[in-house]
Amino acid sequence: MNDEPRRRLAGIAPRPGAPKPDPILIVEGTSRAFGGLRAVDVEWLEVERGAITALIGPNGAGKTTLFNVLTGFDRADAGTWTFDGVPLRGRRAHQVARAGMIRTFQLTKALARLTVLENMLLAVPGQRGERFTGALARTWRGQESRNRRRAQLLLDRFGLSPMSGQFAGTLSGGQRKLLEMARSLMADPRLLMLDEPMAGVNPALRRSLLDHIEEIRNEGATVVFIEHDMDVVMGISDWVVVMAQGRVIAEGPPAVVGRDPVVIDAYLGRGAKADR
Amino acid sequence: MPTAAAYLITAALLLGSAGSSDSGESIGGTLNHEGQPVAGVTITVSLSDRAVGSAESAADGTWEIPVRGPGVYQVEIDVASLPEGLALRDPDRSVLTAVEVQAGQHKAVVFPMGERQAEQSAAITRLLNLVAKGLTYGAIVALASVGLSLIFSVTGLINFAHGEVVTFGAVIAWLLNASPAGPRLHVLWAVLPALALTGFMGAGLERGLFRPLRRRRTGNVALIVVSIGLSLFLRHIYLLFLGGAPRAYEQYAVQAQQSWGPISLPPKDVMILVVALAALVGVGLMLQRTRLGTEMRAVADNKDLAEASGINVDRVILHTWVLGATLAGLGGILLGITQTVQWDMGFVLLLTMFAAVVLGGIGTAYGAALGGLIIGVATETSTFWLPVEFKVVVALGVLILVLLVRPQGLFGLKERVG
Amino acid sequence: MDLLRILTDSLRAAVGVSAAAYALAAAGLNVHFGYTGLLNFGHVAFMMMGAYGTAVTVDQGGPLWLGLLVGVAAAALLGLLLGIPTLRLRADYLAIVTIATAEILRLVARSHTAEPLTRGVFGIQQFADPFYALNPIPLGRYGFGSFNFSHRQLWVVLVGWAVVALVLLLLTALMRSPWGRVLRAIREDEDAARSLGKNVFAYKIQSLVLGGVIGSLAGVLLAVDTQAVNPDTFVSILTFYAYTVLILGGAGRILAPIVGALVFWFLLQLSDGLLRGAVEAGWLGSLIEASDVAAIRFALVGLGLVLLMALRPQGILGSRQELLTDER
Repeated sequence: MNDEPRRRLAGIAPRPGAPKPDPILIVEGTSRAFGGLRAVDVEWLEVERGAITALIGPNGAGKTTLFNVLTGFDRADAGTWTFDGVPLRGRRAHQVARAGMIRTFQLTKALARLTVLENMLLAVPGQRGERFTGALARTWRGQESRNRRRAQLLLDRFGLSPMSGQFAGTLSGGQRKLLEMARSLMADPRLLMLDEPMAGVNPALRRSLLDHIEEIRNEGATVVFIEHDMDVVMGISDWVVVMAQGRVIAEGPPAVVGRDPVVIDAYLGRGAKADR
Repeated sequence: MPTAAAYLITAALLLGSAGSSDSGESIGGTLNHEGQPVAGVTITVSLSDRAVGSAESAADGTWEIPVRGPGVYQVEIDVASLPEGLALRDPDRSVLTAVEVQAGQHKAVVFPMGERQAEQSAAITRLLNLVAKGLTYGAIVALASVGLSLIFSVTGLINFAHGEVVTFGAVIAWLLNASPAGPRLHVLWAVLPALALTGFMGAGLERGLFRPLRRRRTGNVALIVVSIGLSLFLRHIYLLFLGGAPRAYEQYAVQAQQSWGPISLPPKDVMILVVALAALVGVGLMLQRTRLGTEMRAVADNKDLAEASGINVDRVILHTWVLGATLAGLGGILLGITQTVQWDMGFVLLLTMFAAVVLGGIGTAYGAALGGLIIGVATETSTFWLPVEFKVVVALGVLILVLLVRPQGLFGLKERVG
Repeated sequence: MDLLRILTDSLRAAVGVSAAAYALAAAGLNVHFGYTGLLNFGHVAFMMMGAYGTAVTVDQGGPLWLGLLVGVAAAALLGLLLGIPTLRLRADYLAIVTIATAEILRLVARSHTAEPLTRGVFGIQQFADPFYALNPIPLGRYGFGSFNFSHRQLWVVLVGWAVVALVLLLLTALMRSPWGRVLRAIREDEDAARSLGKNVFAYKIQSLVLGGVIGSLAGVLLAVDTQAVNPDTFVSILTFYAYTVLILGGAGRILAPIVGALVFWFLLQLSDGLLRGAVEAGWLGSLIEASDVAAIRFALVGLGLVLLMALRPQGILGSRQELLTDER
């Protein structure tokens, strides 16, 4: 287990908007409202590079909306956010992805009628063969072979090799989660945003996914993931951000946040348990 | 409608040459006004100032006068014998002096009809009349479109065969009213049975076709393609049974106009407007006040939630189809009264209905009604500035404009669209 | 009823110019619908661009080859103009916009106002003589029995199918490439494609233009064959003929357009022949007359489309397994 991120974050004051030693993502004054209802209203949020940050909060807290806004899938009403210093507001979803911020979805989007291998190959950025002229020129073969080898390695790592020639639509729910995670790695993410990666996953697979997430962090990527299950959060995160009613109400190391009365109140006050 | 014109002209030419004259030459034609045949008008043919023959236009507007050989004849229409309210579009052309007939030719001659305006039409008067005409047509479009919108809101299906449901109502009414093989009911008596049968058709389509397909989890795209195939099929079945020529109901075929101030309309148009608006109001009340209406709105809003709260979604869908079909059938009958009954009358109306539904906001019944009225008025008044041939283009232009600028239409919800 | 004659007529239709043209139209539609999932219901407009582009250019005094370029360019332009404002709409709304646009273009071409350019309802005729002048086939008829073509017809047929073959070769290369893979990903789930850095909008435009250009070739072929363009030819039914051909063949398969066109035109001509034969032989009594056969044919196409979608939507070449994994 890589202790580096936790050590770096050890001295940080556990409060909303806490500045981080080496932030990869800085969100400033970002808000999004739906017809009068404030879904997201984040004054200040910094995400530490190379750490696993959990984004938790009761249902309707605005976590997925925040994801959508940051990654270009939804428009912000106000505010800015920078990724490695580059402002991303106004950039469209595919541009955000190309910048290195890759997100997954709550309901897995396995591309059903593409094979598992094709799903993986799709994710690789900068493919010559993906341009119309490049496709015709057939000069993409070399790149494709290299990508194929890399994809095979990843599929091995995630245990999906046997299915590489099958349609992704034939995979079980758990296998799709794995595929989505493996696929997002093919995209060379610098920041991986996972939206409820454990949702609907059986406990055995859960452990496997958690291990994969830690591996990803250990290889140098930053991970932010939305999660409901507090056990999961406690076990793996380097830092926890708590949202409720669109705002960040608490931040800190998992143990601290778990004891924070504001957090407990937010969960219990809504009638939702902190863990299910 | 270009197709209608084509058929009319073809029919006119064919009928005009249908006479059996010994030497084979004749002069003939069909008198009609806005799709309605004009009967009982006297036409005289002369050669060098001597009368050769005369005829009276029949119930279907046709007339034919045999001539003794090729030559240059004079053809005169007796303006005094024209029915009340009708006049030649060009009053100076009541006598055609140089009608040349070749050997063996059945020469077709046209006397275009127009409306006799009590006073010289000022621009405002003309505009007001166009608006009135547009309201009538728009009310019909609204009726038919509400059905389309209701079915979409409850099932998510854009039914490309909706035009054929419209035609069905008109055709059944015609079979009951004017068909030589039928019971020859007065058209008003034919309405109720025709509506009942059309409602039945809607139920049949839902139960027999769309519900089984939905059970098999057929996607929306596939269902649209099915409805297109259905449209193709039904349309040509109508063609087989009805033939290509336009048909008219026995009653209300030709009506003189009445004037209300600057506005001149045949009384049937007023009746149509009243009936259509009454039906639309009825639907609105039904949606708000009755349990079925509430259930329909619930299913339209959120099918799963409605089902969870105990609503029998399949039953609601069935009733929606019956209601939608009945409204469409009524629209068809009214359209048949104000124009003619043809195998593709509903198909020709389809894109205009889409325009109405999109304008009003897909999935909102009130929207479709209002959209229909607006489209009707817009297309009719557009003829004030644009050539008549662009009427449909105007409706389609509105459709595209709305989808580009405000896809949810006037009353729709933004999420449903993109 | 001369069964042999009916069969050879059907065979002739299956390999004839119309079949080749519909293979091209379906190939274009395959790019839109089969591979990218775009519900383009206005495909006939692309065919019209090809046909009218060619005819109008020649009518205005230009050479035939320039007409061909104009037709193709017009289709490409239409793809751009159509795509840019509408591609963010949901599938069924895109269907309505495209069908409305096609009808607008047809009505405008038909109008009196457009007569100086398009000759309105009369259309343009006799513009393709230079094409026939290139015909290397010697005078005569070729074939066996009643399955034969004149040297003129054979020329058009050969050129038509040659174009089909070239287009399908091109599409094979494209669809097997990463570019094709992105299109298919867009068909499955646009947002997933976006989340992996693909500019979905740009790809959809490319798909629209490519499929539209291929569709325009279908229009050119038809126009050259009949040496006539007329606005009442390019009605929405043609789009749905192309869909029937494509779905029959198996949308999303490279060879679907050829298979679909061959089978479709064979069956169409066969039903026509059988019906007419039955009418002439008096088997159907007074129920159906010879003039009804055309309407019956159309009705059968409609019925066929319904049955196809209900019973075998994956078409001839499609696999049931792939159909079952379709989650759209």
